[in-house]
Amino acid sequence: MSAATATFAQRMRGSRLLWPVVALVALLLANAARNPGFLSVRLQDGHLYGSLVDILKNGAPTLLIALGMTLVIATRGIDLSVGAVAAIAGAVACTTIVGSSDPTSPAAAVTGIGVALALCLVLGLWNGFLVSLLGIQPIIATLVLMTAGRGIAMLVTDGQIITVRNDFFREIGAGFLLFPISILIALAALVAVALVTRRTALGLLIESVGINPEASRLAGLRSRTIIWTVYVFAAVCAGVAGLMISSNVSAADANNAGLWIEMDAILAVVIGGSSLAGGRYSLSGTLVGALIIQTLTTTVYSMGIAPEVTLVFKALVVIAVCLLQAPKMRARFARRRPAGHPATQPSADADSLAAQQDPADHDAAEPDGVADRPVADAVDAPDTKQKVTQS
Amino acid sequence: MTTTTPARHRVPGLSKVPGIPGRVLPVVATFVLFVLLFGVGSVRYEGFTSGQVFANLFIDNAFLIVLAVGMTFVILTGGIDLSVGAVVALSTMLAAATLRAGIPAPLVILLVLAVGTGLGVLMGLVIHHFEIQPFIVTLAGMFLARGLCFVIGVESISIKDPFFRALATGTIELPGGVVITWSVVIALVIVAAAVWVLHRTRFGRTVYAIGGSESSATLMGLPVARVKVAAYAISGLCAAVAGLLFSVYMLSGYGLHAVGMELDAIASVVIGGTLLSGGVGFVLGSLLGVLVLGVIQTLISFQGTLSSWWTKIAIGTLLLLFIVMQRLFTRRAS
Repeated sequence: MSAATATFAQRMRGSRLLWPVVALVALLLANAARNPGFLSVRLQDGHLYGSLVDILKNGAPTLLIALGMTLVIATRGIDLSVGAVAAIAGAVACTTIVGSSDPTSPAAAVTGIGVALALCLVLGLWNGFLVSLLGIQPIIATLVLMTAGRGIAMLVTDGQIITVRNDFFREIGAGFLLFPISILIALAALVAVALVTRRTALGLLIESVGINPEASRLAGLRSRTIIWTVYVFAAVCAGVAGLMISSNVSAADANNAGLWIEMDAILAVVIGGSSLAGGRYSLSGTLVGALIIQTLTTTVYSMGIAPEVTLVFKALVVIAVCLLQAPKMRARFARRRPAGHPATQPSADADSLAAQQDPADHDAAEPDGVADRPVADAVDAPDTKQKVTQS
Repeated sequence: MTTTTPARHRVPGLSKVPGIPGRVLPVVATFVLFVLLFGVGSVRYEGFTSGQVFANLFIDNAFLIVLAVGMTFVILTGGIDLSVGAVVALSTMLAAATLRAGIPAPLVILLVLAVGTGLGVLMGLVIHHFEIQPFIVTLAGMFLARGLCFVIGVESISIKDPFFRALATGTIELPGGVVITWSVVIALVIVAAAVWVLHRTRFGRTVYAIGGSESSATLMGLPVARVKVAAYAISGLCAAVAGLLFSVYMLSGYGLHAVGMELDAIASVVIGGTLLSGGVGFVLGSLLGVLVLGVIQTLISFQGTLSSWWTKIAIGTLLLLFIVMQRLFTRRAS
């Protein structure tokens, strides 16, 4: 690639994450301007306190679910059932703890968590089975569990809100180890995924499945296994998030736990710059996206607007981001750029493919190497896909 | 209805059952399922086999029928509309708020219909012209509509308008002592209109053509852009009508009305035999799908000991059954 292309890629690397970060900083500054104490963080009893810490703590479940969703979306899928799975996890954990011989013991909590996560694993296997083996559209396949899942959660809790008194269980969602334990768990998961997918070829394989599952299979990848795995991972993430949600309030509410969290997660992924069409994902983008969502929610709360109105802001953000991501819009922007731009060259496809196959292209300093790709990839990805499908 | 539908709707894997054309088989299956479920109810519960129980299926689900009709149009073009439940809530809220402000009922109805259709047109335009997945656009529409409800008001607003009240309490007595409401009449008229549009007009054939293959439809010179946007407009309009019927049914407007109703609508359409990939399906199938959901609810309420969440589980299971069935049939066909 020419030097001009490289500098352009660098510029785009800046801009891909630049705008989400700018939005996040702007939101934080707006809050700070309104409420001078907003940015202050103080240490008390070995805990950090402050609005920023609250954002981290409350954003942890969204971040965790968005993490699983990122991988699912990277394979050109979607998982609508995560909210219901979160509700089921909370319900199962709480009923197990309450039903054990000593509901306050750590052993009861560990059993409850274990049972809940095992069940989530099964639910993930189920989603993956429908999508990868039966070949049902992901939206519809996960819709089944989204519809039935809340019913199952209600069945587990018998329609009651189940409260638990278990200090160990409470730690997951409400505990502090200087930082909130929930965000530590979420960040640990994020780092683990970043290492596993970006330091090995797995991330590349996931993206190639997202670009064309059939071509990937013919190239010798186990597309089905990869797709299956990401759904299982998403369900387990949702399960842990559900444990956090119920642990934070020490109760399981089958109706409201994780309600609409799938939408927040999808939103976080989209804001982070992952393409809904699959084949390209950014973990650091998802992190920023989840933080933006949570900050937006907190902002609306602190402005004294009815919390439900947050939905309007979220809708506007989704629409804006989607329009910016739309291939047509990108093509329009690309046309305005000076001639000789990689997107307008016929060899752009080959360029982007080469970039994808070169693991060294992934920056070691950054957990995700998505932003490193030349812009041609982003602009031409849909075209590449079409060509492959048609041939 | 049978003569105008081109051969491309045929699902070859199904045509082996003698006497029944393949493409109506899913609808027939749904009908059989409905009869079976109703039969089970009749055998098990006293008083189930009355005309009124049957009529109640329509009365309690009139809004869902209208919603499913709109959804059928969108799914036939190969899209999906997740915003309908939120648009229903917005319609109830808008109607309740404007009626409270003293605006006459006809104006309110026009306003609600215009807002619903407008939202549908907007989403259709974005979907078609920016080539963004319908799923995400209508998801944004869902957020927007729900949020707008709460911008109007967070609390539930009751409707005291005499016209809406009259519509809610007014009944029509059919021969045999069976009573139905005006909502049922409106819903059935809309179903009839949709059947006519889909099977007797050029517009309807274009809807099927787009669902069959959008690029072929474009190459044939069909007005793909117009029809696709119109399908979402129709869905928005139907959601607005459903919202009006729902506000008559509940006599209140509330931002948390109709949460998850889009899923019921999608489930009805799928259970009614419409293929999610588009191009195959019937409005009458969707009507049957709604009736199946309704009869499940009735069964559960007659049983008495079963809790309401069984409805969700039953609907999920049925949805799964029909999706897997669809998948097997289409796979065999290809």
